[in-house]
Amino acid sequence: MRARATVQVLGVLGAFGLAAAWAGPAAAQDRSLTLCWAAWDPANALVELSKDFTTKTGVGMKFEFVPWTSYADRFLNELNSKGKLCDLIIGDSQWIGGSAENGHYVKLNDFFAKEGIKMDDFMAATVLGYSEWPKHSPNYWALPAMGDAIGWTYRKDWFSRPEIQAEFKKQYGRDLAPPKTWDELKQVAEFFQGREIDGKKVYGAYIYTERGSEGITMGVTNALYTFGFQYQDPKKPYHMEGFVNSPDAVKGLEFYKSLYKCCTAPGLTNAYMQEGLDAFKSGQVAMQMNFFAFFPGLYKDPNVGGDKIGFFVNPSEKVAATQLGGQGISVVAYSDHRDDALQYIKWFAQPDVQKKWWSLGGYSCHKAVLNDPEFPKSTPFAADFLTSMGMVVDFWAEPSYASLLLSMQKRMHDYVIADQGTAKQALDLLIKDWTKVFKDDGKL
Amino acid sequence: MTETSSLPFLSVGTAAEAPSQFAGRLRGLSDRAMAWLFIAPTILLLLAINVFPLLWTIELSFTNYRANRPNAPLRWVGFDNYASILSDSDVWYAMQATAHFVVWTITLQVLLGFGLALLINRRFRGHGFWTTVILLPMMLSPAVVGNFWTFLFQPQTGLFNTAIAFVTGSDPSSFQMIGDVGLAPWSIILVDTWMWTPYVMLICLAGLRSIPDDIYEAAEIDRASAWRRFWSITLPMVLPFLMLAVLFRGIENFKMFDMVNLLTSGGPGSTTEVASITLKREAFEKWRTGYSSAFAIILFVTVFGLANIYVKALNKVKQR
Repeated sequence: MRARATVQVLGVLGAFGLAAAWAGPAAAQDRSLTLCWAAWDPANALVELSKDFTTKTGVGMKFEFVPWTSYADRFLNELNSKGKLCDLIIGDSQWIGGSAENGHYVKLNDFFAKEGIKMDDFMAATVLGYSEWPKHSPNYWALPAMGDAIGWTYRKDWFSRPEIQAEFKKQYGRDLAPPKTWDELKQVAEFFQGREIDGKKVYGAYIYTERGSEGITMGVTNALYTFGFQYQDPKKPYHMEGFVNSPDAVKGLEFYKSLYKCCTAPGLTNAYMQEGLDAFKSGQVAMQMNFFAFFPGLYKDPNVGGDKIGFFVNPSEKVAATQLGGQGISVVAYSDHRDDALQYIKWFAQPDVQKKWWSLGGYSCHKAVLNDPEFPKSTPFAADFLTSMGMVVDFWAEPSYASLLLSMQKRMHDYVIADQGTAKQALDLLIKDWTKVFKDDGKL
Repeated sequence: MTETSSLPFLSVGTAAEAPSQFAGRLRGLSDRAMAWLFIAPTILLLLAINVFPLLWTIELSFTNYRANRPNAPLRWVGFDNYASILSDSDVWYAMQATAHFVVWTITLQVLLGFGLALLINRRFRGHGFWTTVILLPMMLSPAVVGNFWTFLFQPQTGLFNTAIAFVTGSDPSSFQMIGDVGLAPWSIILVDTWMWTPYVMLICLAGLRSIPDDIYEAAEIDRASAWRRFWSITLPMVLPFLMLAVLFRGIENFKMFDMVNLLTSGGPGSTTEVASITLKREAFEKWRTGYSSAFAIILFVTVFGLANIYVKALNKVKQR
């Protein structure tokens, strides 16, 4: 009887031991982080990169990727409702003001100081664009994660055909080459518009025209900045008269509309990043405006990549400028796993990890990567990326950025696509809308 | 052994007594109390999911509240939000776009739906099959409909443009249904009509099938012409059903969002920006919660008021 009892006790203890042994790894597995971002090529690269973090720390990584068209809606809703879905978020550059002021992001200054992470190690434009709020102040809410800007791709194989080159030279008196100014770009676009190449009708240029989220604003600003548009009086913040609607800005807007009218494919009335990729990959357009983030994928494309594709920076007019894209990575204030999330940031900031990030298709903002003498030659678009990041301008990053953006979407689409009013009227109305927003915010 | 045999006995006795006690208590209640008892759960549910949000929305509509700035001080602004909405030209433009959409979709759907119902009511061979085929569009999700019509309207490869070009001999890419300011409002009307005409047809068919045959037989004996029979029997007897269909479609189209959002996103420019798209942008993109609450209340009162007037007219028609 006694022996039987002893066996029973040992059995129970054994079962507990087994359960504990089973629970050990399970508990480690429970340590996981959810990272929220947009669903696009660089996100896949980040999944690959993050495996190293899991190997090193034992913290599992989950990902919540949302298509660009619903990215802002989805994650701003999540942040505003103080949701716990995301521990880490790669939020758009324009969210920084609202997310900092509304307490959605953890302020990283103390953490950076403690861990020896220096913002001087990152490209200045990305620190300003992705991390600082208020702008030009040493208050950091994100680590620059994905550098990006708008650039252009072109069909190098078409440009290099002798018969096309000869015809272009005859028509315009210069060699057919990647354009450096908007006038040159328009000429090239006009030249290709409606032309038959390999038995297929092709079009001059693909540009952004999307109405619903941010598309047309991201497109139009590339022309506006270079013609001389400024968001506000540099000496008098939030005063926009004569800057947003300056004669140069009017010219820039008129130019974008003329480019849309002369040289785009029919039906290009509501198109953004994905539609541009589709148009370029299907061999419909000679030149495409899009973010650098897509260029690694395009370069690998079996139909239009490799030797067939070329890249160039946004054309200039009065000044060299381009629209900033890209994002910083932040720790969500409502996360239950703040320490692990901070560890991820610490790991991600290391130069070796940043080098691997670039090699996998992500755009590092770290100087250890960008200042490497080999960097410009590392890919056919790396040099253009560096040039572009040196001339980026961003949209408002105010807490009310969404209202400011929606007004611009409306006014630009009304003028460029729906043919309503003049460029001056569109910009005047934009000032009126923006003034109202800043007045409501108590900034005017 | 004794214990085990007595337990079932006890439990049966308790179970048998409980319902009888409950029934006894219920018997003591008046009919009115009983009625309240049965409808109370539903009323509570309605209060929680309908009335409470409505009251809260009304309260918010008098404030400057923004859901994305919960820490900002809440300020009572009186009727400022209402005044600002009613004096905003963009809002009036959205209301005009909504009215254009509602009036034309209803007109077309009533004409086509009634016409189809008259045809289907003839009970030709295979009419059951054709009824099912006609009903297919309304069984689809508006999101699916919006997406595939976007492809159909593609100027270069879309089936719609190709078909029109085939008939007219023009270039398919010479016109843009959803990208042209003049055509875009008609595109959304066309798609909604394609989708919801079967619904109107179904209601009209129910009306037509409810007309007793002997009325037509009497009219034939009196040698009434087909037109006379239609005008004096069919139309008046189907009218209440038609009016009901108009009410349902009117309310539904006044708050149309998903299909228009997928087809045009309100564009080009603001050409197809119906009221619900403006409301969504104000509420969930600009996060002007107080302002958008006021706008929602204005839309609610408009629909509610118009529907009430309409229901009164419908009742008069029924009484005739």
